[in-house]
Amino acid sequence: MTTETVTGLVAVVLVTLTTLLIGTWGLRVSRTTSDFFVASRSVRPALNASAIGGEYLSAASFLGVAGLVLTFGADMLWYPIGWTAGYLLLLVLVAAPLRRSGAYTLPDFAEARLGSRRVRATCSVMVVAIGWLYLLPQFHGAGITIRAAIGAPTWVGPVIIGAVVLANVTSGGMRSITFVQAFQYWLKLTALLLPLVVLLIVWAGDGAPGSRMARDDSWSVPLASGGSEGLYLTYSLIIATFLGTMGLPHVVVRFYTNPDGRAARRTTLVVLVLLGIFYVLPPVYGALGRVYAVELAASGRSDVLVLELPRLMVPGIGGELLAGLVTAGAFAAFLSTSSGLAIAVAGVISQDVTGKAFGHRRLSGITAFRVAAVIAVVVPLAVALAVPSVGVARAVGLAFAVAASTFCPLLLLGIWWRGLTDVGAVTGMLAGGLGSGAGVMWTLLDGSATGWPAVLLEQPAAWSVPLAFVVMIGVSKATASRVPAHTRRFMVRLHTPEVLDLDRG
Amino acid sequence: MTGPPRRHTPRARTGDIDDQTRLGTVYLESLLREQLRLAARTILVLVLSVGTLPLAFHLVPGLAGLQLLGIPLAWLLLGGAVYPLLVLLGWRYVRRAERNERDFADLLGEIEQ
Repeated sequence: MTTETVTGLVAVVLVTLTTLLIGTWGLRVSRTTSDFFVASRSVRPALNASAIGGEYLSAASFLGVAGLVLTFGADMLWYPIGWTAGYLLLLVLVAAPLRRSGAYTLPDFAEARLGSRRVRATCSVMVVAIGWLYLLPQFHGAGITIRAAIGAPTWVGPVIIGAVVLANVTSGGMRSITFVQAFQYWLKLTALLLPLVVLLIVWAGDGAPGSRMARDDSWSVPLASGGSEGLYLTYSLIIATFLGTMGLPHVVVRFYTNPDGRAARRTTLVVLVLLGIFYVLPPVYGALGRVYAVELAASGRSDVLVLELPRLMVPGIGGELLAGLVTAGAFAAFLSTSSGLAIAVAGVISQDVTGKAFGHRRLSGITAFRVAAVIAVVVPLAVALAVPSVGVARAVGLAFAVAASTFCPLLLLGIWWRGLTDVGAVTGMLAGGLGSGAGVMWTLLDGSATGWPAVLLEQPAAWSVPLAFVVMIGVSKATASRVPAHTRRFMVRLHTPEVLDLDRG
Repeated sequence: MTGPPRRHTPRARTGDIDDQTRLGTVYLESLLREQLRLAARTILVLVLSVGTLPLAFHLVPGLAGLQLLGIPLAWLLLGGAVYPLLVLLGWRYVRRAERNERDFADLLGEIEQ
């Protein structure tokens, strides 16, 4: 066994053990079904914000961004900006009302707001679809990380991640996950920051050499190439990421763990700070990669840039230790995001499928959740093992486009517009979901053509989001008689501060 | 005047919201409008600052060649300056949204005479 393998193995084992340990510790304080789903809504803003940051910074953030920047240049900086700005939009439009709605999950919110089982069912399907779409790149990322770290076949990583996530989620649920993820934010930040400081010192010591890439002129242009098509792609990506964050199932479920609406806002503000600090780092790896790791971009393996760069720049044991640290951070990234997604998807499946009575039998709340967690993890795991990987950050980008085209209009109109009806919500989500879904399918299956139709499908958000809004508003207006009778009371609940003693329905 | 002077019984305005009186509706509408306006202003600043960057670089290709302290302008803006701006916008929003809610609570907490 080489030193290379040993440091990688130690890193992965340490992260896995710590995660399981903190998870078990959480188990002892996690007793009720409410603990399982939302940590009984008693998590303080600072802890909760670290947990949200830890959960949110996925394989795409940790590995994907640096790789994309290395290959494509400054236009890829829009990914981390969008993932952060998405939280600003979440803060100003959704955070406090969503917490005050008192619902556990997105389908809960939709049902409470519109009083319709049909809307609930549509939302449940969308949550599972987006959750699985987002889990796929996490599993793929785990595969390439394990291969880069210890040279194991690519199926090993996904299987380890799947097993650890299942162990954690089924044993402790949300409460233990809160501690695990708060820890993992700080681990991820350290794992990127510390090696980067060393690498920058090495770079300065080498006389701060410039890029060794052949084609360098377009690298500082924050636009996709191709004139107006590039401008469209960039703006469409901005729309998808800015508006998609609020519709991601694992992001939304976190807001119910705040004690009240005011805390939900303050938590989100702290998240903005934590994300802003983190996202400055990956692009610098990308920039250094253009000096020291040109061959990774040429061979199409840019996703492993963050993992390989310490070894390429620092010879000997120092480089190995740094590589081990980065590997630990990457593994933490898959674990935390996958756990959050698994909880969100399992929550919906347990409420709408496994928690239902089959004949005379009915599973208890916690058993139903555990069965649901198995389904939530095993299905995307099987798909990840079966289909080849598309780029990590791109696959995540597609999940954002679908979320922006379905849950974003539902949340915004549900929170701010009294005229929304159940029929309008369902048709709007279907229109946006089918539109963006067609783009996803096209990218996953083909994605080779060029020209405007291909461009429109590659980044569907710029037309599928407005389409969803227009359909949702138009159909709601046409079915205005179906506006639920309790709408006004529900608005009181969403928007008035909790200190007031009001009838909230 | 024949009868005894009529006396208003003290009544908190929260009752107006609960009973969905016209006054209660006006209060709620004003809170919603204030919060939505605040959100819209924040988003407008975001769109005008960050949102116009791609268009600016599209219309003025020369911007891509500009450097500050040896770092390309696009990198300084997109890789660094954007994040403090987002935090600042969020911080301003939270302060003002909480102030709107305090005003609303004060308004409803007053006892009508």
